[in-house]
This record gives sequence, C-alpha cells and structure tokens, in this order.
Amino acid sequence: MAQVTLKEVVKRFDGTEAVSGISLDIADNEFAVLVGPSGCGKSTTLRMIAGLEEVSDGEIYIGGSLVNDVPPKDRDIAMVFQNYALYPHMTVSENMSFGLRLRKYPKAEIRARVENAARILGIGELMERRPRQLSGGQRQRVAMGRAIVRNPEVFLFDEPLSNLDAKLRVQMRTEIKKVHQKVRTTTIYVTHDQIEAMTLADRVVVMNAGRIEQIGAPNDLYHSPATRFVAGFIGSPAMNFVPCRLDGAADGLVVRLGDDLALAVPAARTERYRRFVGKELIFGLRPEHSAEARGQAGPGCVAFDARLDVVEPLGMETMVYFSVNGVELCARVEPSAAVDPGETMRLMADMNHMHLIDPENDRVI
Amino acid sequence: MAVGSATAAPVAAGSLRRGRRWALVLSYVFLGLFAVMFLFPIYYMLVTSFKTNAEIASLAGNPWIITRGATLYHYENLIENTAFLTYFKNTVIVTVLVVAISMVVSVLAAYSLTRMRFVGSGLLATGIFLTYLVPETLLFIPLFKIVGWFGLLDSYWALVLVYPTLSVPFCTWIMIGYFSSIPKELDEAALIDGANHLQMLLRIFIPVALPGIIAATIFAFTVSWASFIYPMAYLYSENQLVLTAGTVTTLIRGDVYHWGGLMAGALLAAAPPVVVYAFLMDYYIAGLTSGATKG
Repeated sequence: MAQVTLKEVVKRFDGTEAVSGISLDIADNEFAVLVGPSGCGKSTTLRMIAGLEEVSDGEIYIGGSLVNDVPPKDRDIAMVFQNYALYPHMTVSENMSFGLRLRKYPKAEIRARVENAARILGIGELMERRPRQLSGGQRQRVAMGRAIVRNPEVFLFDEPLSNLDAKLRVQMRTEIKKVHQKVRTTTIYVTHDQIEAMTLADRVVVMNAGRIEQIGAPNDLYHSPATRFVAGFIGSPAMNFVPCRLDGAADGLVVRLGDDLALAVPAARTERYRRFVGKELIFGLRPEHSAEARGQAGPGCVAFDARLDVVEPLGMETMVYFSVNGVELCARVEPSAAVDPGETMRLMADMNHMHLIDPENDRVI
Repeated sequence: MAVGSATAAPVAAGSLRRGRRWALVLSYVFLGLFAVMFLFPIYYMLVTSFKTNAEIASLAGNPWIITRGATLYHYENLIENTAFLTYFKNTVIVTVLVVAISMVVSVLAAYSLTRMRFVGSGLLATGIFLTYLVPETLLFIPLFKIVGWFGLLDSYWALVLVYPTLSVPFCTWIMIGYFSSIPKELDEAALIDGANHLQMLLRIFIPVALPGIIAATIFAFTVSWASFIYPMAYLYSENQLVLTAGTVTTLIRGDVYHWGGLMAGALLAAAPPVVVYAFLMDYYIAGLTSGATKG
C-alpha cells in the first residue's frame, strides 16, 4: 500500500497551464476525491499520476518513489475510466485477466484473483459475456474488477459514474464504498459531483482553475469552507451569497443586507469579525440553515420576513425562493409549510452557521 | 380523446402495413432487375463455356440455352492443352504475397499514423491516400523503367513489387478509418494493463478492427487477382504469366477469339475470389456485430 505525493506539479498544454503547481499528500489506504467543475484540472492531475500525461514541472511520488519518468505499467496503479474502456472483443473474464496474462502470471493465480474480484463485485454469472451484452452498471463493475485483480498500490477512478443514470449512480456509489472497505487500497477518485465527493471521500480536494482551493474532510469543507468557491461548490442546493455591510451595534455586530434587513451576528463571532466593521462583505448562509420561524427563535437565530417568488415542493422538503437586495436566495423549509408564491413568509436564519467572505480575496473570514 | 385515438390507430396501422408491403414489393422488383443485369453476363459465360465450337460459331444458335449438346471440351482443353494451371499457380503465389505485404504494411502504417504522434504524420496520411488517386493506366509507364532497373521484366516478381503500390494506399486509408474509431481509452487501459505498442496492435486493435482488416484484405486480393494492365505490360513468357493476361494472350490469337475457352477460363479464374469472399463475409459480418468499438 502506498502514499501518493504531488510536489508543485504543473501541466502545460501549448503554453496554457491546466494545472498550476499543486501539492498534495495522500496517505496509505486513504480515499481521496478530487472534485471541481469541468476544466479545473482534476482529470489532468489524475492522468499525470497514472502516467498517461507527462508532467511539465514538479514531482510525483508513489510509495516514496519518484515516478515522473516511469511508464504507467510500472507504477503499480490500476485505473477505472469514465467510459469503462472494456476490450469489446474479450469476455468479462478475459477483460479482467488481460493485465495478469500480459505479465505472465500463473494460470491458477489468475483464476483465483478473477474469481475473488468477481465475488466481491457480484459479477460471477457474467464471466462469459461480452461488454456489449452488459448494462452500464455491470460494465462499470467489470472495469472495477479489472482494477481489483491487479492488487495495485493505488486505484485511480476517473469520473466512473458520470455515464450512469441518477438512480444507478447512487447504487454504484454505495458499491464503490463497500469495495473500498473490503479492498483497503489508496484510492484517488475524480468527479465533478460534490455529492459523490462528500459521500465517498476520507478527504476531499476541491480544485478550481488548475489550483487546489481547499483540502479537508467532507464535514470540514461543509462547515468551514476556506474560500467563496468552496462554500458555493460544496452543498446542494448551493450556499446563498448576498452583498452586505458589517456594522457595529450597541450589543454587538450586525450584518446589513440592504435597507430593510439587518441580521445580528452571534456573540461568539464578534472577535473574528471586529476588524471588518464598516466594510462591504459577502454574507453566506446555506438554504438548510434557514427555516420557517415558528415560536421562539433559538440562540443565534434571527427572524425576518420574506416575500416568496417561487415555491418548490419536493415531498420531503419545500424550497422557497425570495429576493433580498436584488439577489435571489433559497431557503429549505418543512414540507408542511403551506405557502404560495407572492405570499410573505416569516423565516428564521440560523446565524451560528453564517459565513462572511472578503470580496478582495474571496476568502472566508 | 380516447375514442379518437382508438379509432385512429387501426387506420394508421393498416395504411402503414399497405405502404410497407408496396415498398417491399418494389424493392424486390428492382433488386431482381439489378440481379438479372449483373448475373446475365455470368450466365451467358456459363452457357457458352459448355457449348461446342460449332454451336458458338453458328448464327442460328440461341445464346441462352445449349441446343446441340453440352461439352466439357473447353475446360479439358484449357487445363490439359494450355498453360492455364501455370497461370493459376502464378496468380495464387502473387496474390498471397501481395495480400500479406499489403496488410502488414498498411496495418503498421495505419497504427503509427493514428496512434503515434510524430512530426509530419498528418501530411503523410494525406500523402499516402493521394498516391492512390493516380491511376494504374498512367503509373505502369514509369513503373516499367523501375521494374527494368530491378531486372524483373518478364517475371511475376515484378507484380509482387508493383501491386502493393496500388493496394497499400487504399488499405492504409481503410485501416486509418477503423483504427481512428477505436476510443483512445482502450489504448490507455491497455497501457496501464502493461501492453506495449505491438501487444496493443496484435491483441486489441486487430481483433477490434477485424471488419476493416477483412475489407482491406478483400481489396488487396481483388487488386492482385484481377489486375490486367501490369501483367500485360511486364510479363511475356508463358511460365510467368498470370490468369488475366495469360488467358487473353493464349486464347485470342490475332483476330481469332476462342470464345468457349475464354468463357471457361474466365469462369475458372473468377471462382476463387467468389469462394474467398464468401468465406470472409461471414467473418466480416461477425466482426461487425461482435467487435463493436463502443463499450
């Protein structure tokens, strides 16, 4: 089992930097997810680790050894591709054993490894089928099986669930997590789906425009995002952002969102924000941290009235949309809230979960 | 609404069925005409090859049926009294070698042009195809000089040298098309699995692109089996001639056409390609259905 280390890795394509000096340490058996929007450099980073792209600058280490000039087949890695990349003329069994046959493993060992992987993935009855006879989920399992039989130092997944429908994606996510629990191997997983990142990862690496925005456990990224990008990227629906001004008041600080709305900052945050008093900042609050105001507001919670523009009942919750200071915001309320567009609803913002962002550097204060 | 749709459906289905029936009938009519147009010369050749010389020469004869008794004379005469078997043997040797050379060269060329990045690869791919556009009716003149320099005039080895100039460009072009359609992820998966370029070519590309390989093989086979201009230009001795030039030079003496022998010779010469195509078409179709590059 190995550690993977990237030191100031850069990738240039015709003078354009797709990856700009990223440094990363992934521990033994860790499940690390690289997440970010399309074009952020996550797949390019994964391909450099795999050896499918040359490194323009910087160093990559697998298991303590520098692998910049080592061909993919000698890096002891196995990869699962977005399009499965199964050999169409081979059966499932032949697909899974191809790498072992090339390396001249004994037949008995090949058979044992293939059977073991098939048992882990539940594809034992598919061994003699060809890829075109399999469903998308089955193909993805076979692709994972091809990786598992290699017993590599590192598993690399390049958006393996992107081609599956939503329901199958949820199912396969669970399968991947189970496989990781059974086959404890360092795993680097690339996705653009932040829900996949949050559910699968031990640590999430959020990337944007070729750089790392933040690395951390899923809960840390959710509760303590370091930048506006991370705050807006993690969480669904996305965090609300409203331009505001931080003002001092007699009993503490107040976030002023326009002329009509001022929300009190919890006392515990006063010291952190004091030096930004009087400045124009960006107020951030997740939709799930507001609710319909019923009865007494708890500590740190502030009630306000909002005129609803759109109401989306989703069954288990209702999303309501309203405008503050010209910005459309979203709040998640109980499904029992009987409201219609155009009505005014009394909402409550849980300011214990508020964020303030400095627009000069887009960092969360 | 439900009533409307309930009454609308049978009418639409009925007219669709009638429309489809007419389309099918018309298709068969035209396919039949097409088949008759292409098969009637072969039928004519078959009938003529079994007629006696007297019946062939007779103006009162019916071209479509044998009226004065069938005969195997032309076939026997061709095989026993002419160098037909020598021509056949030479043609087989030339064809097997040319197909082998063409397929090896074009598969390797297509693989390197589609999968290896090097300076000038795009230009080379286009250039290879452009050479195919020069017709053999022009090429045989300068090639005569080159064949002479190699000392291969009046030798069927000249054909082994020059036929690939006709077959390799087009075969390479076919293979470039098939190899390009194979997703690059398959290469990457094979690289990670531990395959080198040769293993990728032999164990992945060739099996997956089998329909293309067969199509290119059929083309190369046809070029070398049926070519006429080059053998006529470069071969003179009876023991070096191939079927196309040999049959014509043996059986057309001055202005005398030995029609019976010519028809028999043409049919016997046409038989091997038919057998080869029939054999390869099964693999071609199987390759199309099982070697899909997607998934």
